[in-house]
Amino acid sequence: MSKKILAVDDSKTMRDMIAFTLRGAGYEVVEADDGEDALSKLGGSGVNLVITDINMPRLDGIGLIKKLRSDPSYRSTPILVLTTESESSKKDEGREAGATGWIVKPFDPDQLLKVVQKVCA
Amino acid sequence: MDDLSRFRDTYLAECEELLRDLETHLSALHDGTADSECLNSIFRAVHSIKAGAGMFKFTELVDFSHEFEALLDNMRDGRVEVTAERVDLLFKASDVLADLVGAAAEGSEPPAAAANMLAKDLAAITSTAKTAPEANTPDQATRGDAGTSAEQSRQPGETVCYRIDFYPAAELFRHANEPLLLIRELKTLGEVEVEVDLSRLPDLQQIEPENAYLGWTITLRSDCGQDAVREVFEFVEDDCRLDIHIDANDAGSPAPSEETDASPGRRNGAEGSDRKQADRAAEEGQAAKGGPGARISSIRVDLDRVDRLVNMVGELVITQSMLSQQADDLPSDRLIQFTRGLEELATHTRELQESVMAIRMQPVKSVFARMPRLVREVTDKLGKRARLVTIGEETEVDKTVIEEISDPITHMIRNSLDHGLEPPEEREAAGKPADGTITLSAEHRGGRIVINIRDDGRGIDHSAVLARARERGLVAPGAELAPDEIEDLLFEPGFSTAATVTDISGRGVGLDVVRRNIQGLGGRVSVSSSPGSGTCFTMTLPLTLAVMDGMIVVAGGEKFVIPTTNIIESMRPGRDQVNRLPSGDELVEVRGDYLPLLYIARAFSIDGAVDDPSHGLVVLAETERKGRVGLVVDELLGQQQVVIKSLEDNYDPVPGISAATILGNGLVAPILDIEGLQSMSQISTSPPPGLAAAIPGGVRRTDAIASIEQPERNQWT
Repeated sequence: MSKKILAVDDSKTMRDMIAFTLRGAGYEVVEADDGEDALSKLGGSGVNLVITDINMPRLDGIGLIKKLRSDPSYRSTPILVLTTESESSKKDEGREAGATGWIVKPFDPDQLLKVVQKVCA
Repeated sequence: MDDLSRFRDTYLAECEELLRDLETHLSALHDGTADSECLNSIFRAVHSIKAGAGMFKFTELVDFSHEFEALLDNMRDGRVEVTAERVDLLFKASDVLADLVGAAAEGSEPPAAAANMLAKDLAAITSTAKTAPEANTPDQATRGDAGTSAEQSRQPGETVCYRIDFYPAAELFRHANEPLLLIRELKTLGEVEVEVDLSRLPDLQQIEPENAYLGWTITLRSDCGQDAVREVFEFVEDDCRLDIHIDANDAGSPAPSEETDASPGRRNGAEGSDRKQADRAAEEGQAAKGGPGARISSIRVDLDRVDRLVNMVGELVITQSMLSQQADDLPSDRLIQFTRGLEELATHTRELQESVMAIRMQPVKSVFARMPRLVREVTDKLGKRARLVTIGEETEVDKTVIEEISDPITHMIRNSLDHGLEPPEEREAAGKPADGTITLSAEHRGGRIVINIRDDGRGIDHSAVLARARERGLVAPGAELAPDEIEDLLFEPGFSTAATVTDISGRGVGLDVVRRNIQGLGGRVSVSSSPGSGTCFTMTLPLTLAVMDGMIVVAGGEKFVIPTTNIIESMRPGRDQVNRLPSGDELVEVRGDYLPLLYIARAFSIDGAVDDPSHGLVVLAETERKGRVGLVVDELLGQQQVVIKSLEDNYDPVPGISAATILGNGLVAPILDIEGLQSMSQISTSPPPGLAAAIPGGVRRTDAIASIEQPERNQWT
């Protein structure tokens, strides 16, 4: 069974790149374009990892993390936030909300895979 | 990085969309119709462009969008006031951003100078930001120093032995981190020995499942630097007791150590926390709801795939008509059932074709959205004032048409701003508002798209236009022209109402070129005006360039398609209607006009065609540039919608043929390029020089304007 990863970003480019990289490494990837979409796509099905952007319409990354952490089924699901150099405060905010770690944009495929392997068995 | 390059196109397409959003929201900000989400949306657009640009190493784009984003960030949380002047600057920044994206797309030199200058302006405003109350001083220094001294004791490439004491706190698990994975990660750095410390483990009854009891002492032999080891624990250093030091006994070097305790929140506020409060506020706002049009449920599909679908459906249409042709040979007892089935198939294929064509349809918004910038730039340059109103942005046309309408619209708007709109003082003197209004609208009408560009300027000065046309010899001295005929003169080659060609609407291209290009697409353009109150350019275009209505004709056994837009009528002339010139050219007389005859079969050297028009048929066709012509064919087969197949991939351009289609019987039928045929026949039928001189004025037209409109027609004579 391959690991299932939910990639949440309102940027199609970013989602495409994440999905392409992860699929290439054998992961199953579900894409969502904002927090609300992510929640609806999670539905009942479990995922092994959530990668989420912060700035998104409707429900943003921080909101999504809080929602997931308050749901017993996702309390121990690793969550990575996508941040940029300029918004390091987001890391802390993400962590406070319950994020497991972060990926700093821009990243290359190897960096992404490395971080994913660090939090997702 | 090759993997990344495949996403470049997606990124650039996304940028286009983001820039459009940016423009829309900036306009809302400008007009005062912005809601609380507006600045957030603007920020997000710039932020997304920046994030992607970093991926693809578009350095200038990253640098510029960084400054842009910083200012927007301060604006959205109220630390920098949003003034009208600053909104103008945001517009300029959005324009530069668009230019930088454009440069990135084309791989051309980015406008670095302009970007740098504007970036400084943006930074200057950002620096006026009020500092947030909870700004903390960074306390990172304490950590950094210890790491450096340990690092200094290690030679690069030398294998050292690290001793890592790792005691997770319960927090670590709450963040869904997993010690095992971190140890596994350490293994990628070198040789690892792990010793577990069970001393804190209570009795089974007392164990709380969510608490942390274990600790590990890890020995790592590796040639990597301490930073790399520390990086493994990057996500957990606040959630554990971590002690990394180089084991002196093993590596023979002193053992500087550093320790990070797990006091919660120690690192909070370490980096740029002045942004934090504001960010949170903004994000809470975002959670509410994106602005109108913020989300569309759609997917992006590669155009090639859609084109393939269009082609496949085209094939299906062809197969279907092939089947119906063969039905005629069926025995009559089975014919009825078969025909019924065929009719159903025809209905479904037609619906399918329409649905597929609908996929390619796009709202004209993408083109319209570029125009506010144009209006801003041009009015700035001219010292005029104007606002642009757009109507019917959601009107859809085929992508092929979208690509073609941008230039003509741009040109006509420039023209309206330059020649139509008066300077503010003059407008006020005339009792009009100082700001002119340009209305750009689109609508569907009769299976075509109609685009209007209307201004409330001074209108066309008919006497000035007529005088100029006379001066340029475009109108005979005594000829009287109706108002619409005078307005039409604007589209004459080389005509310009401004005394000098300005760099605004000049650009070396006149309205004549605009008209020619639009006609090339099967469209029309006209202008109407009422003196003192404005001018309106009207452009109509087919909704698609992928299929067209054609008349199937036969010449010498070969089938050809004549675009129905070119056809006026068809007739069988009487013998007395056909006149032969000494040159060998023939003219057909139609209600007093003499039109040149053109034998399709002869044009393509096909034998066995009808030689006498009174035995065949003459299709009267008209092109805008070369006027009317009588096409001699053997017979008409009927009118049908044909899928246009480009010949460019396989053939050099064939004169007289614009493309081809596949008919029901599977045979290829060329689609005639009437204008091309007209030019061709001028060459092939041009008589020896001596004879040519003998037949001037062979063609007479009654109205003055017609002979102006088609000056090249005279070459027929």
